[in-house]
Formats: sequence, C-alpha cells, structure tokens
Amino acid sequence: MITVSGLKKSFGNLEVLKGIDYTIEKGEKIVVIGPSGSGKSTFLRCLNLLEEPTSGDVIFEGVKINSPEVEIDKIREHMGMVFQQFNLFNNLTVLENITLAPMKIKGLSKEEADEEAIKLLNRVGLAEKADSFPAQLSGGQKQRIAIVRALAMNPDVMLFDEPTSALDPEMVGEVLNVMKELAEEGMTMVVVTHEMGFAREVASKVVFMDEGLITEEAPPEEFFANPKTARCKDFLSKVL
Amino acid sequence: MSSFAGFFDIFKRIYIEGDGLKLLGEGLLSTVIMAVFALVIGVLLGIIVAIFKVIPNNNFFTKILNAFANVYIAVIRGTPVMVQLLLAYYAIFVSAFREFRFRALIIAIIIFGINSSAYVAEIIRSGILAVDKGQMEAGRSLGLSYATTMKKIVLPQAIKNILPALGNELIVLIKETSVAGFITVFDLTRATRSLVADYYEAFVPYITLAAVYLILVLGATFLVNRLERRMRKGDNR
Repeated sequence: MITVSGLKKSFGNLEVLKGIDYTIEKGEKIVVIGPSGSGKSTFLRCLNLLEEPTSGDVIFEGVKINSPEVEIDKIREHMGMVFQQFNLFNNLTVLENITLAPMKIKGLSKEEADEEAIKLLNRVGLAEKADSFPAQLSGGQKQRIAIVRALAMNPDVMLFDEPTSALDPEMVGEVLNVMKELAEEGMTMVVVTHEMGFAREVASKVVFMDEGLITEEAPPEEFFANPKTARCKDFLSKVL
Repeated sequence: MSSFAGFFDIFKRIYIEGDGLKLLGEGLLSTVIMAVFALVIGVLLGIIVAIFKVIPNNNFFTKILNAFANVYIAVIRGTPVMVQLLLAYYAIFVSAFREFRFRALIIAIIIFGINSSAYVAEIIRSGILAVDKGQMEAGRSLGLSYATTMKKIVLPQAIKNILPALGNELIVLIKETSVAGFITVFDLTRATRSLVADYYEAFVPYITLAAVYLILVLGATFLVNRLERRMRKGDNR
C-alpha cells in the first residue's frame, strides 16, 4: 500500500532521515518506536507529505506522491492523520470539526455529513459533545474526536503521531481503546508511539528507528524477546 | 462664569440659530462614511496582502506574490497619506469619475482604504502567524486545500485574535480622515473650518470639533468591545 525507498530528509544541515526503505501492506499495523530525535515523526510526516522528502520516493497505492504533478490534496483524502497535539479546529464545534472535510471534499450535504458524524461519535461515546467547542473538552476527548474527524473521510490508512504523548496518564487508555478497535476492524495503521503495551498487543510489526534509519523490524513477540542491535536492547531496557 | 456664558452664547449663535449644526452634520456623515468604508477596503485588501506574505514561497509564482506584498507595504507605509491623497486627486485620477458628485469622497475612501490596508496587512499577518501551525497541518492532512484551510480555519481565528488591533485601526482612520478637506471633501474638520471663517470665531467651533471626534472614537471603541465579547463567546479562555 505504501512503499518508501531511499527516503532522505534534511532540515538545513541536519540530516534527519538518512535513507529509509520500507513497505507497508494493506491491513498491517506498523508501530514505530525509537529514541527521541531518531526521525520517527519526520518519517510519518513524509508519508502524507506534511514534510517534503529531500530525496527518495514515497509511493502510495501505486502513485509516486512526492512528485510535482501529483495533486497531494487528492492523496491526503485517503490518509487520515492524528497528531500529538490533537489540532482540533478551535473555531469550530466538534460536529463542524468532523463534517468540514466530508462536506468540502466529498460534497456531502450537511444532513448526510451530520448523520455520519453522529454515528462515529456514538462509537467513541462522545455524541453528547457534538455542539461543544474543543476548548471545553479534556485531552482524551479531544484525541478521540480527532480520530473520528480523520475517520469521517473513510481513509485507507491512518497515521498516528504520538497520539497519547500529550495526554494525562488517566486518559491514555480511552484513546488506545479506540485505536485497538480500529485495528480489529482491519484498518491499515502506522503508529509512532512510546506505548510498548500497545505495540505488543496490536502491532503486526514493530519498527525500531535510530539516527534516521530503520535498524530493526520484527513481529512484536520476536522484537521484544530478541532485540538484535545493542542500541535497541539499550532502548528497550529503559522503557520496559 | 461669564466666560462660560460667553461660550454658550457663541455656541447657540453658530450651531442653533445659525447653520452650524447642519454643516457639522454633513461633515460628520462624510467622516463616518470615509472611516467605515476605508476600514472595509483596508481589511479586505489587507487580508489579501497578508496572505501574499505568509504563503509559503516555494515556487516562482508565490515568490512574486511575496515580493509584491513587500513592495506594496513599503511604498504605502513609507509615504504620507496626505501626499497619497493629493497625488490621487490632482494627478492620477484627474479624469476619473468626472461627472460624479461625490468624486472627492470616493477618491478619499479609496486612498484611505489602500493606506489602511498596508497597516492592516501587517496586523493580520501577525494574527495568522499566532495561530498554531497544527491547525493548518490538520486541515491539509484531511485533504483540504491551503486556501480552504486558510479561509475556514486559520483566518477566523486570526481575525478574532487581532480584533483589538483592528479597532485601533478604525480609531486611527476616524481621526486621519481629517485631512480629506485638502482634496475638497466636506468632512467634520472642513465643515468646522468654514464655520470659523463664517462666524469669525475659532475657540468654540474647534472645541466642539474636538468633542465630536472624541465622541465618535468612544462610540467606535464601545462597538468594537461589544463585537469582541460576542466573538469570544463559546471559547472558555
């Protein structure tokens, strides 16, 4: 579904990604872990071109998306993204947050979009918040709404950029539960996270990044039982 | 006490028994029309120029827009509005709107609007930059275009943040239009100057003029504050 080859990204003189080759198949749940500064978030943000790769290819469903001829907005309709800081639209209500893109892009009527949004809100247990503004919600609620907002576009893949890192510990569970349900339904997911429990339980593959490269990749049982590189062993010994 | 009585006598002679109130009313109307319409033009043009400035300049076209905005702001802010008025009225638009009764007023509105837009553009730009960049990223990640995200998400938040500064701009405009008399617009100041000439009195008309400007500005402040309170409803901050 997504193939990355020779992906490099520099910010000024700092080379953050140093040549990444990786393929994500439909239905996979890839969990990306690694020390901070290893390029995990940059890698994820290159997948939907929020960061423009310096060189290399990002191929999504057979189309090279980092080429000037590609209409990136069209590609992004099929890739949902959830951010560490939620990034709900502060000037819109919860319902408007969810329905804006379906109405603008898919041409849904307000009634259709509202109906769909309420359905999704019910799934995450937040239907009664439809008319609230983001500033009135807790972090966990905001992140569940952000997930719903991305899902409302019926994406083929969901990208999660440390979705629980900005949450109070109490609220991590409610967000992870929504993500687990999503995984069970067969959604293709790429998740950058520090939640090792989630990686163990949900991941089809765990990817370890260090200094701009993918240095290890394995199914979770194997990954956590036999880390191969010293850096990975060291990292796991600190976080587990 | 006698001087107070004197003041009132003169006031009565000019504004109540004479044609002072009528002229002042005409002037007031022109001043208000100029300030309000100039602000509208200023904000609309200002938004466009501000977006030209903040648009990521990653290709030739956007670099041109960037450069245009910089030159525009530099030239408009770098020359006195009075000079711009004289240039427009006596040189550039000499043959425009020739038959039109409100020719001077229209030109004044356009020039004050353009002048204001350069300042408003910088105000709006700072408002846009103050909106968290995650808002734009979230919009783009959903597949919304830069323009749609700017219009629906970023600008509304930016405008709300800069409302006090825009109110300030309205106040500046109300007072700045007092130079419009130089291109024959019959505004508050020019009306008062003609009263001074007609009645051979300076103190009373000018004090009255100052009072009218003050009341106008206080009124504008009140309206802006109300608008601000209304826009802040719904966000618990």
